[in-house]
Amino acid sequence: MEFDMSLSVANHPSSEGLNAKMKIGVALVTISFISIIIGLFNQFYHPVLLVVFFVTVSIGSILYTKGLYQNTTAGVKNNGVMFKSLTNRGLWAWVLGIVLTAFYVILYWYPQYLGLNEKGNTGLVRFFDPLSYLLNGKQASQWFVYGTFYTLAILLLGIKFMYKNRHSKYQIFRTASIMFFQTAFAFLIPELLEKFNPTPQYFTKDIKNMWPLNFYFTDQWNIDGMLSGGNLGAFMLVMGIAMIFIISPILTYFYGKRWYCSWVCGCGGLAETAGDPFRHLSDKSTTAWKIERWMVYIVLVLVTIISIAVLFTMFYDNPAKYWLNKTSFSYMVIVFFGILTAILLIKRKTVFKDFDRKAYIIALAVIVFTIVCITNVLMSNGRNVLFMDAGTLRQWYGFFIGSIFSGVIGVGFYPLMGTRVWCRFGCPMAAILGLQQKLFSRFRITTNGSQCISCGNCSTYCEMGIDVRAYAQRGEDIVRASCVGCGVCSNVCPRGVLKLENGPQKTKKLNGPVQYVNGVFEVTE
Amino acid sequence: MAKKVIIIGNGIAGITCARHIRKQSDFHITVISSETKYFYSRTALMYIYMGHMKQEHTKPYEDHFWEKNRINLLQAYVQKIVATQNFIVLDNGIKMEYDYLVLATGSKSNKFGWPGQDLIGVQGLYNLQDVQRMQENTIGIKHAVVVGGGLIGIETVEMLLSRNIAVTFLIREKSFWNNILPAEESLMINKLIKHHKINLQLATELKEIKPDGNGKVSSVITNTRQEIKCEFVALTVGVSPNIAFVKESEIETDKGILVNNNFQTNIENVFAVGDCVQFKSPIEGRKPIEQVWYTGKMHGETAAKNIVGTKADYQPGHWFNSAKFFDLEYQTYGLIPAEKGENDEWFWWQDAKGEKGVRIMWDKTTHAFKGINSLGIRIKHEVCNDWLNEKTKIHAVVKDFKKANFDPEFFKKFEKEFEAAFLKEHHYLQKV
Repeated sequence: MEFDMSLSVANHPSSEGLNAKMKIGVALVTISFISIIIGLFNQFYHPVLLVVFFVTVSIGSILYTKGLYQNTTAGVKNNGVMFKSLTNRGLWAWVLGIVLTAFYVILYWYPQYLGLNEKGNTGLVRFFDPLSYLLNGKQASQWFVYGTFYTLAILLLGIKFMYKNRHSKYQIFRTASIMFFQTAFAFLIPELLEKFNPTPQYFTKDIKNMWPLNFYFTDQWNIDGMLSGGNLGAFMLVMGIAMIFIISPILTYFYGKRWYCSWVCGCGGLAETAGDPFRHLSDKSTTAWKIERWMVYIVLVLVTIISIAVLFTMFYDNPAKYWLNKTSFSYMVIVFFGILTAILLIKRKTVFKDFDRKAYIIALAVIVFTIVCITNVLMSNGRNVLFMDAGTLRQWYGFFIGSIFSGVIGVGFYPLMGTRVWCRFGCPMAAILGLQQKLFSRFRITTNGSQCISCGNCSTYCEMGIDVRAYAQRGEDIVRASCVGCGVCSNVCPRGVLKLENGPQKTKKLNGPVQYVNGVFEVTE
Repeated sequence: MAKKVIIIGNGIAGITCARHIRKQSDFHITVISSETKYFYSRTALMYIYMGHMKQEHTKPYEDHFWEKNRINLLQAYVQKIVATQNFIVLDNGIKMEYDYLVLATGSKSNKFGWPGQDLIGVQGLYNLQDVQRMQENTIGIKHAVVVGGGLIGIETVEMLLSRNIAVTFLIREKSFWNNILPAEESLMINKLIKHHKINLQLATELKEIKPDGNGKVSSVITNTRQEIKCEFVALTVGVSPNIAFVKESEIETDKGILVNNNFQTNIENVFAVGDCVQFKSPIEGRKPIEQVWYTGKMHGETAAKNIVGTKADYQPGHWFNSAKFFDLEYQTYGLIPAEKGENDEWFWWQDAKGEKGVRIMWDKTTHAFKGINSLGIRIKHEVCNDWLNEKTKIHAVVKDFKKANFDPEFFKKFEKEFEAAFLKEHHYLQKV
């Protein structure tokens, strides 16, 4: 008797080329690209093209997703990730990287090539004019085009991520949250507010985009905008300050920085959805970890001091315009940093005991330096906190950190360096939330006894480059400043070892790699 | 002068031993392996083939770790051990002396003398070279046969599926792994295998592997007289200690290298750890040969203590293990046999969709908790361990069951349903 091989049909379409749904999906997405290109090169212009674009790109991408996963069972789907050119730094990865980088360069510095023209857009920007008029009543800007693409990417690739991870409610809820905050808070609400609540001067209206990620919060145009913006402006100002000093520490205390970085934030949102196929490309070496700690805290120090300098200069230049003046502002800064210094000194044996000695001393030095700077400028009646024009510093920060780092490198290099390059090495918001997470949060990843087999899936798929396995194989809980709580380590673990938890219990550190000896768990603390 | 330790084998047992000797002493440590220079996690081999990871991802320590910790790594093949004179000989003729020798040589795949077992395209799956061979042997093929229904067998099936290769899975038992798992658990996995469109042939054994004209496999013949055309055969019928070159030495062996409870062989300064070990008098309830990742760790750590001079007996504690069958995770704590013993009582619960299952076992007379199997649910090791240590009564275990839940946040809780089903069947236990 011969066994009929036709019974054993192949069930992974991803490695067998495209099935019918995927083919139609690709065709529709191609049509959407063609409509964009027609728009870009001004060949033909009609609002219907925009509708064609949205319909084809949405249906096409959803059909492709369905086709891709329809014959797979619910569970981890990483087959072939290391073989594919796109996800393994092959030719396609380089092509995509270059295209994305070029897009960012044009977007930031040459928007006229996208068709931006205040007297009447052309090209790609005009292509999106109808949507812009619909939402905010004005013609589109390059930022409106970018916001639309960005939101669309998070929505459509978010659906893909949810379908891929349909076995995990954590991943489904988390992705739904990202999609909601991007669509509503970052995109629709600010645009609609612009339309229905016109204010004399523009200011940022995305509540979740808080300082220092949103470093222009402290710019004079934004502050003046909020102050002249009536109730809405006042709300944004109060909310903005409350988010920094009250709301975010409280949420981080209860849930860890994940409440922001992998549930709310737009940068994180794009990384978790569009960037998902590249998450394993993050560098896991201890060297990378060391660079990360230097870089991210340097950016935090820079943005803090520059923001203080910008505000000081604003008060200096306008002595009677605001509720605060340069003297009262300086006192506030000195008191705040004085309290920080006191906390650092008093808590050095408890909260900061795990801190690297060098890091501790540097932190103290930077804080004292800031106090000295502001005292000096106040006493000497100077204008520049940092010995040069704050506006110039602010411009440099915007150029190097705001544009090149977070945009060009942050997203452009997804296919080459992984998706969280910005979040890990550059984001000052992640730095603050990370310190809070490390120092006083209830969040941690717990490990399940001795079940770890050191396979390395957790470390490989950690987008933040944390060597999760190093902790898991020792049975140690993971409390790392950089962990954004995406939950993928727990998801890919084949032995059920990792769990994201918020809890009052002390984290456990176990004694040695075989923590389970003589029938007991050796817990040191 | 610092004592010299040579460790043969850089798997989990040998490496754990090396690391613990380093932690506790200043000995000069050399680890020799012919497989790879650097320690990698053997458990991740399947993920390399499936493209989830590259080999570099399977290395638990960065390459600079070894130099920093003064553990010398040597990629070489050991030809001979002269245990009476404290030296070994490598295949290039180099002689290396030692004060202590640790044998951590692992396992090799079993072959039972089938006709055609050495044909091209027929292989086992144990080491990195096997995966490389499997990669070469399976390029562009359509049909494969996997022989042997153990953990490596089902992993191999999953590997082949990831490359769209149709698989016939020959299993000697009447149901998958039913020598280890009770009937219901085993049945769940049978269903899963069939769901993945694998041609599962239960109670079927391999008779013969037939060649084509070029020395490659062309089909297998089973004891049920089927001829199954195939281009690849994986022989995953278990592993046994890899001790061929040890057998020629003065070191005492049986199926494995014979050791006492301190991992010492018949020769005072020669130790053995991991898969290659056979206990002269195994601890009650445990097998003489243990081929599990975590026992390798425990062997290595205990042997290290004995080598640096802190006498330590092997005390592995309660049995536990885990595995993953396709998307279905399995965990077990305590010893649950395939068929319950005279003094045992057990309870099996399965959710409505048949995707999750839990079995708890207890002592009929004392009602003390004896073990748990879980499928599709993550269970906390520490909690089960405490229940086992404290011989917690089964009704208290069921009542407190959510304490043991280790599923990710937002996953559907099952404890209420589980408790209700348990009380329905074993209501008398409430009053005890």
